[in-house]
Amino acid sequence: MADVTPIKTPAEQALAAAYNGARGKLPGQGTIAILRADAFKRFDAKGLPHRRVEEWKYTDLRTLLSDALPLATPPDAEARKTAKDSGAVFAALNPRQLVFVDGAFVPELSDLSPEPGLTIGSMAEALLKGDALVAAHLGKTFESDDTALALNTAMMGDGAVIRVAAGAALTRPLQLVYFTATETSNYTRSLIVIEKGAQAAIAETHDGCAAQVNTALELVVGDEAQVDYFKIVAARGIHVGSLLMSVGKKARFDTFVLNQEVGVVRNQSFIRFAGEHSTGSVRGVNLLRGEEHVDNTLLIEHAAAHCAGREQFKAVLDGESRSVFQGKIVVKPGAQKTDSKMMTRALLLSDKAEADNKPELEIFADDVVCGHGATAGALDPTLKFYLMSRGIDEAQAETLLIQAFIGETVEEIPHEGFRDAIMSAALDWLKTREVKP
Amino acid sequence: MSLLEIKNLHVEIEDEGKKILNGLTLTIEKGQVAAIMGPNGSGKSTLAYVLAGRPGYAVTEGDILLDGESILDMAPNERAAKGVFLAFQYPVEVPGVATMTFLRTALNAQRKLRGEGEISTPEFLKLVRAEAGDLGINQDMLRRGVNVGFSGGEKKRAEILQMAILQPRIAVLDETDSGLDIDALRIVSEGVNRLRSPERSMIVITHYQRLLNYIVPDVVHVLAKGRVVRTGGKELALELEAKGYAQYTDEAA
Repeated sequence: MADVTPIKTPAEQALAAAYNGARGKLPGQGTIAILRADAFKRFDAKGLPHRRVEEWKYTDLRTLLSDALPLATPPDAEARKTAKDSGAVFAALNPRQLVFVDGAFVPELSDLSPEPGLTIGSMAEALLKGDALVAAHLGKTFESDDTALALNTAMMGDGAVIRVAAGAALTRPLQLVYFTATETSNYTRSLIVIEKGAQAAIAETHDGCAAQVNTALELVVGDEAQVDYFKIVAARGIHVGSLLMSVGKKARFDTFVLNQEVGVVRNQSFIRFAGEHSTGSVRGVNLLRGEEHVDNTLLIEHAAAHCAGREQFKAVLDGESRSVFQGKIVVKPGAQKTDSKMMTRALLLSDKAEADNKPELEIFADDVVCGHGATAGALDPTLKFYLMSRGIDEAQAETLLIQAFIGETVEEIPHEGFRDAIMSAALDWLKTREVKP
Repeated sequence: MSLLEIKNLHVEIEDEGKKILNGLTLTIEKGQVAAIMGPNGSGKSTLAYVLAGRPGYAVTEGDILLDGESILDMAPNERAAKGVFLAFQYPVEVPGVATMTFLRTALNAQRKLRGEGEISTPEFLKLVRAEAGDLGINQDMLRRGVNVGFSGGEKKRAEILQMAILQPRIAVLDETDSGLDIDALRIVSEGVNRLRSPERSMIVITHYQRLLNYIVPDVVHVLAKGRVVRTGGKELALELEAKGYAQYTDEAA
């Protein structure tokens, strides 16, 4: 039998070389090394995801990643200095910042002051010393055979390991600040465990120069826990982010992602309702122009009964930008009384912009309420005329209508501080928009 | 000089080429309240939209002069700053834009175009409170998105509130009575009557005479097939109510 050797792209070859060159130095031995090796084998067998892989149909990473940038080296003093204002979008919330520069944890820029119920560590350190929390959860929060995630597992360097103890309610939001100081590639992996009845608000920001970032977060939401999770991507280059979530019973979570001023972004969320009577929302807004490309892909798995999920994504598209939404709701056998709704809307400000929407439902229970909807369209000329007839000029009328379009989703954010920060970031984007006469 | 002069206006719907106004000539004096009545399809709403500058209508002949100056090349917001106001037959909902923000943005935009300074916050709040109170519009409605979740009557009252805040020189009320019950009709009409002044003209478009019991016009024009076919005093409205429009549609045919 002849061996089939798939042709590898230069980027795939460079990634293989990077892994082989780094594997002896990557943190962790024993089971961690085995986890890495297995993950790399999976990646190597399939290569970078491309358009014939259904989940990556609209974001052909094999084509987009024409070459793999070299692995980031630990940031020098100069690089650390440039990270000073990174993630300032949430400054008004006075968050506890944990700063990563080119994928490496920088303790001196981070707030490590003690707080009851909160444990913080670096992933690199945790992998090295064989941390119990990492051993218990890493790679187990939501098992997926996604190859971009496999690459992250193989190459993971640093990240945050955070535990919020049972019953604790964090006084300040946590913010993972990811800043890229150099045009390199980095692989961060974080683990956050919110134990039973605990409460936490977590933000994650990505900015800096045009790097190649493959980041993953495993977020374990315990029974009766409450979590708000916000992510803002504002970085050129290529960003692939995976969110892996497991939600216990009677828990509440609300997540939101804002993408603006980006290059190519893929946010993939794998979320499992694992316990009964939980509620959660997954929302996002893309504000795109030029040739920006953002792909939000969700897999929402209802594995337990009596849970409610809400997914809502909006995109404002100018220039030749492209927004992709793929949302799959899976209701497992026995997950009766599931209530899951998904909605995506795109506002096209240019004839050359493109919105792709692919909602999917897979239902294996017979007593559920599930639905999805998708729209794409231009600004409503009737609304524009109405505003203008009151004296508002065309540019401001468009701004108000776009603001209203975004506002519909942003207003739903339950966390007041995050809501204000997101709206203000969106308004900043609107201010820089050019209106064509 | 008359405030508004519409001269031999011919208007088609763009793309379709369908002709709606057919040599309409009409003069509105300063301080005058003119009722425009006419059957369905006579061009009443088209006239309202063309005055306000809605895109989609092509003026193929004629002119509209405000204070002797043509407004045809002006954008809707420029016309608004000159004092043109259209109260919509079907006010649209603008979710996400709070009514207060909208009113203030509109007022300041007009003032800016006229070279006036922005209104101060206390002055603005005082103005809105006074007018909203008279129209039975509460704080909750002002905080909500423009017209969002308003009933038909509330939307019409909100239109009159906008008019009261923006203080136009020529207000066009497009079937403001449609969809109103008697009580709402009274509130809206009282709001309009409070705004009558020797400096402000109004064009009241309606099918029915009923509205004109509340807003008594100085003059009544009958529109049929895209032009004015008869002009008379307020008693003309009563005659139309009694006899209907048939004679005009036949005449014009």
